Amino acid sequence: MEQSQGIGRVQELTYELKVEEVMTRNVVTVSPDNRVSDLRELFRVNRISGTPVVDAGRLVGIISIEDFIKCLANGEMDCRVRDRMTSKVEVLYAGEPVVHAINRFQVSGYGRFPVLDRESGRLIGILSKGDIIRALLKKLEIDYQEEEIHRYRASHIFEDTVADRTSLTLEYDIKGKDFDNAGKASSSLKRTLSRLGFHPQLVRRVAIASYEAEMNIVVFTDQGRISAIVQTDGIVLRAADRGPGIPDIELAMQPGYSTAPEWVRELGFGAGMGLCNIKKSADEMELRSEVGKGTDLRVTFHLKKGGP
Amino acid sequence: MTLDEIVRELSLSVKSCGADLSRDVLGAYASDLLSDVMAHAEKGFLWITLQIHQNIVAVAVLKELAGIVIVNNREPEAGTLSKAEQERVPIVVTELSTFEIAGRLYQLGLRGQVRC
Repeated sequence: MEQSQGIGRVQELTYELKVEEVMTRNVVTVSPDNRVSDLRELFRVNRISGTPVVDAGRLVGIISIEDFIKCLANGEMDCRVRDRMTSKVEVLYAGEPVVHAINRFQVSGYGRFPVLDRESGRLIGILSKGDIIRALLKKLEIDYQEEEIHRYRASHIFEDTVADRTSLTLEYDIKGKDFDNAGKASSSLKRTLSRLGFHPQLVRRVAIASYEAEMNIVVFTDQGRISAIVQTDGIVLRAADRGPGIPDIELAMQPGYSTAPEWVRELGFGAGMGLCNIKKSADEMELRSEVGKGTDLRVTFHLKKGGP
Repeated sequence: MTLDEIVRELSLSVKSCGADLSRDVLGAYASDLLSDVMAHAEKGFLWITLQIHQNIVAVAVLKELAGIVIVNNREPEAGTLSKAEQERVPIVVTELSTFEIAGRLYQLGLRGQVRC
């Protein structure tokens, strides 16, 4: 997956972008009553090689430089456009994803498609392969700039701070058995880390660990606290509670092992995967627990230079 | 494929208003265990489940899922819907079972792995 990400992004964009976002909006059109000879100036001045034929706002055909050359060869320059145009026009609709357009270009071999608004049926633009390439390049450039900004935001808090050690602590109080609000702390933490500009992949990993830790506090204890300590070299997530404690940590770490009561399992919790999920998303995990006293979980995520 | 198109193709009923149905669905995952979904669903996936309590919304938000499909015509709890609206998570309901709806979604071209 990692390797093909470069190709993946362009493909993703062809699904994300809609035809109306990449098409040319100012369309040069001709009327069916124009003479073929009029096309010469029109094509030359606008540097185009084809144009839709519009009658009272409705698309009635398309005429290209090839049609023009044929007429030129046959000495039919005085013919009306309506008699020499292609009247069965293939069109694209504004809301279609660009990937559809690319397929249509490939299948048909046409150089351009008029773009219609699906509801009104009116011509609102025209799309050539060049339009698509330009739009993709522009979007990729924007993506790249956004990533640069991302990196800047993540680092600047710390870079602008002069201290021997800097850290930012985010704390969330968790109420036990409160299933209605379970997950809220992790959502807030996730949103905050994103705003701070951390890499989305890192944010996702922290969110998974935090969610599972939050659920453990909700299911098994009366209350607890989740904190994320954001430092220059990484994020340390801590989940602490004064709950019943874990009698056998090794056993608790085994996938599928759970001591959750039946009614909790029916809600879809207590699958015995929480601690495994935490471990999988973490760089380091330390779990300390004492029966009757509580549990203290410490999960570390390293901030690698130039990546998640 | 967008959620909108899937809703139309499979005549699902949309339960949460205000949600963005135009988002692209990149795949799907079926499970009723929340931790399992946390571990295996991917961003942009549709989640098929029979769970109806409000925690499914939290999971969908955290995993940035494209939406939740509730099976067997189960009615989501009121709290679930209000939370879904707040977080703009689309919730749709089908009368089909998990197996059936998963099959239909697969036929529409959705897969359980990330598209590369």
